[in-house]
Amino acid sequence: MAEIRLDNIAHSYVTKPKSAQDYALKPMQLTWQDGGAYALLGPSGCGKTTLLNIISGLIKPSQGRLLFNGLDLTEASPEHRNIAQVFQFPVIYDTMSVFDNLAFPLRNRGVKATEVRKRVEEVAELLELSKDLNLRARGLSADVKQKISLGRGLVRSDVAAILFDEPLTVIDPHLKWLLRSKLKQIHQQYKLTLIYVTHDQIEALTFADQVVVMFEGEVVQTGTPQELFETPAHTFVGYFIGSPGMNLLPCELHQDGLYLGGQELALADEVFEKLRRQVGGGGWLELGIRPEFLNYSPQPVMNALRAHTEHIEDLGNFKMLHCHLENKPNLRLKVKVSEDRPANLGAAWLSFPKSWTKFYLDKQRIALEGL
Amino acid sequence: MEFVLEEIGKSLAHEVHLYPLTLKLGSGLHVLLGPTLAGKTSLMRIMAGLDKPSSGRITLDAKDLSKVRVQDRKVAFVYQQFINYPSLNVFENIASPLRVEGRLKARELREKVEAAAEMMQIQHLLKRMPAELSGGQQQRTAIARALVKDADLLLLDEPLVNLDYKLREELRSDMRDIFSHREAIVVYATTEPQEALMLGGTTTILDKGRLLQHGPTLEVYHQPSYQRVGEVFSDPPMNMLAAELKGGRFHLASGHDFMPSRTMTQLAEGDYTLGLRAHHVSLKPITGGVKLRARLELAEISGSQTFLHLHLDPNISLVAQLDGVHSYDFGQDLDIYLNPDKLFAFDQTSDQTSDQNSKLVASPAYRTHGLKEA
Repeated sequence: MAEIRLDNIAHSYVTKPKSAQDYALKPMQLTWQDGGAYALLGPSGCGKTTLLNIISGLIKPSQGRLLFNGLDLTEASPEHRNIAQVFQFPVIYDTMSVFDNLAFPLRNRGVKATEVRKRVEEVAELLELSKDLNLRARGLSADVKQKISLGRGLVRSDVAAILFDEPLTVIDPHLKWLLRSKLKQIHQQYKLTLIYVTHDQIEALTFADQVVVMFEGEVVQTGTPQELFETPAHTFVGYFIGSPGMNLLPCELHQDGLYLGGQELALADEVFEKLRRQVGGGGWLELGIRPEFLNYSPQPVMNALRAHTEHIEDLGNFKMLHCHLENKPNLRLKVKVSEDRPANLGAAWLSFPKSWTKFYLDKQRIALEGL
Repeated sequence: MEFVLEEIGKSLAHEVHLYPLTLKLGSGLHVLLGPTLAGKTSLMRIMAGLDKPSSGRITLDAKDLSKVRVQDRKVAFVYQQFINYPSLNVFENIASPLRVEGRLKARELREKVEAAAEMMQIQHLLKRMPAELSGGQQQRTAIARALVKDADLLLLDEPLVNLDYKLREELRSDMRDIFSHREAIVVYATTEPQEALMLGGTTTILDKGRLLQHGPTLEVYHQPSYQRVGEVFSDPPMNMLAAELKGGRFHLASGHDFMPSRTMTQLAEGDYTLGLRAHHVSLKPITGGVKLRARLELAEISGSQTFLHLHLDPNISLVAQLDGVHSYDFGQDLDIYLNPDKLFAFDQTSDQTSDQNSKLVASPAYRTHGLKEA
C-alpha cells in the first residue's frame, strides 16, 4: 500500500484553458495517507470521476504531479501504477467459476498456485463467498456478482490502493449496509488504502474515516464525518451534508452588532471582534446553523430572534418546523423539534447556541475556535 | 370526488399479484407505501386503466370506470423513469396532452403550460430540449406535463427514486405544496416511510400483494395494525424482540426482564413480539429504561443521523438511531437503553391462515396535534 500525493494537480478537457471555468479540476494539493479509508463525495459534475481517473492513469492531468510513496508516476500507464479498481457494475467472467474469477488477477501476474488458493480462500471467507467458490458466475444474483467484483479488487496483496467507483449501485438497499460493514471490516483488518467515490452521503460517511468533499472542481473540505456535520468549512458542505442541510442566512455586521433580517443577534464580544476583523469593519456575511441545533420556543425567550412558523411537518419521530424571521418571509429556516416537545404555528422564538452557529465569508467558514 | 376500488384483485398465470382489496379515496393526497414487489405498480396500473383487474369494480363518482374508454378518462401518470419526448422542447413536452385534446386556443394553452412550468419551477427552461436538462429538471418536466391536464386522478409511481437525495428533498416539499392545493385525487407510491410522512394525507400499506392498513398517515404510523406494518412504516425497520409475559414481567431471550408499561397492563400472559422504533433505543440512560449490553456491528451515518447496528446474544439484532454524527469503534460493546413506554406489542397467537397475522395488541400513547395550516 502507498501514500498517494496530488501535487498541484489540475485538469481541463479544453486544449487551451483560459479561465477557471475551463477547468474540470482546479489546482489542488491533496495527500491520501497510506492505509486510510477515504471517500470522495460530491454531486454529479463536481470533478470526482476526473480525479479518480487521474489517480488510476486513465487521464493524464493538464498540470501537476502524482506521487506514489514519493515516486512520480504522473506519466506512468495504468498497469504500472498497481491499482485495483471496482466499478459500479460487476466486471466478472460469466463462464468462469467464482474461484477462477477471484484467482484471475493473481494468475495473471504469475502468482504461485498455492499462494493463489490461500488468497482466494481468504478473500472468499471475508466476503462470505466460500460456499459459492465452485459455482459458475453466470446465474448468480447481481449482489453476489458485485461481491465477486469486490473480491477481485481485494485479492492482490501488493496493490498501492483500491479505488471504488460507486460500488454499491446495483446492490439491493437492504443488503447495502451488510456490504458497507464488510468493506469497513476489511479495511480495519488489512489497513488498505481505499478510495471510495460516491455522490451518496450515507455511503461516504459510513465507509470513510476521512471524507473529501468536492464541488465545482475543487476540494471544499476534507474531514471526518463528524467534522463535516458539525463544522462545515464551506457553505456547500453545510448544504450537501445532512437532510435537510444547514440553514444559511445573509446577515449584516454593523458597528454596533450583527443583524439578521433587522434583528440583532447577541454575540459574545470576542466573536463580534473576530468577525469585524475578518470582514474589515462591516459588511455582509452568511450565518449557518443546522436545523438540529436551533432552539425553538413557542414563548418569548431572552436573546432569541422573533420568527414565524408557517408549517409543521410531523415526521413521526420528530417535527420539522418551517419558519421565517419576523416580517422577513424570504429569510427561511428549518428547525428540528423532537417528538415530545410542543410546537405551534405562528409566533416562535429561535435561539442560536454559540457553538453551533457558524459564519461564512465568501462561502468559507470564519474560524472562531479558541475564542 | 370519490374513487372507489371494490374487491379489486389481480392474478396472472396462477400467480397472485394483488389479493382482493377495497379502498375508497377522496380528493387529496394518498400514499401507497410498501417494499418492492408489494403490488404498488400493479394497483396503479389498474387505477389508471392500463391493466384490467381479474376481479372487482372501480368507480369514480359512482361511474363504472371499465365502461369509460382509456382516452376519455382524465388520468395522468408519472413514472419512476422520467419520460419526455426527446425531439420536443420543454414547452412542447408539457403542452403535448393539451395538443392531443386540441380544445384550447393558442393563448390559453400557453397560459396553462406556463402555469404548470411555474409550479415546477422550470419556467426558465421552456425552450430547452430534454437532453440539455439535469435528471431533476427532466422529472420536473414530466410532472408538469401530468399537472397541465387537470386530471381527476393523478398517479405518481416512485417519481423521485432515480434522483439524488438533494433533489429528492427539494422536489418532495414542492410536491406536497402543489398537491395539497389541488382538487384531484393524487396517488403517490413510494418505498420510503419518510416520504409518506412528509406528504401527509392518507397512507395505504401494501405488502406482497395484500392491503394491510389504510388510514390517515400519522395514525397508521402510530398505530400499525400488524407487525408487518410497523416494519414497513419505519426506516430503519422497527426492531422486533420476542418476549414472554409471565408473572407480570416481560422476559427477553437475552435473559433481561422488565415491567410492562401502563398501556400493556391488560395483556394476558403469553408470548408476544415487542416492536420498538430505532430512535427509542438510546445510548443515554432513560428513567425506567431497560438496560442491555450489545455489540456494535456497524455505525451507518446518514448525514444528520447515526444508525447503530447492534447484536445481542442469542441472535438478537437491534438498530439504534441517534441524532447527529458520531463515530464508534466497530466491534465494541455498548450499554443501550430501551424505552418501555414506546414499545408496541404484537400477538403471536392469531390464526395461522395468512403470513401477516401478528396483530397489534398494545401501543404507546400518542397525541396528534391536530394542527391546521395557518
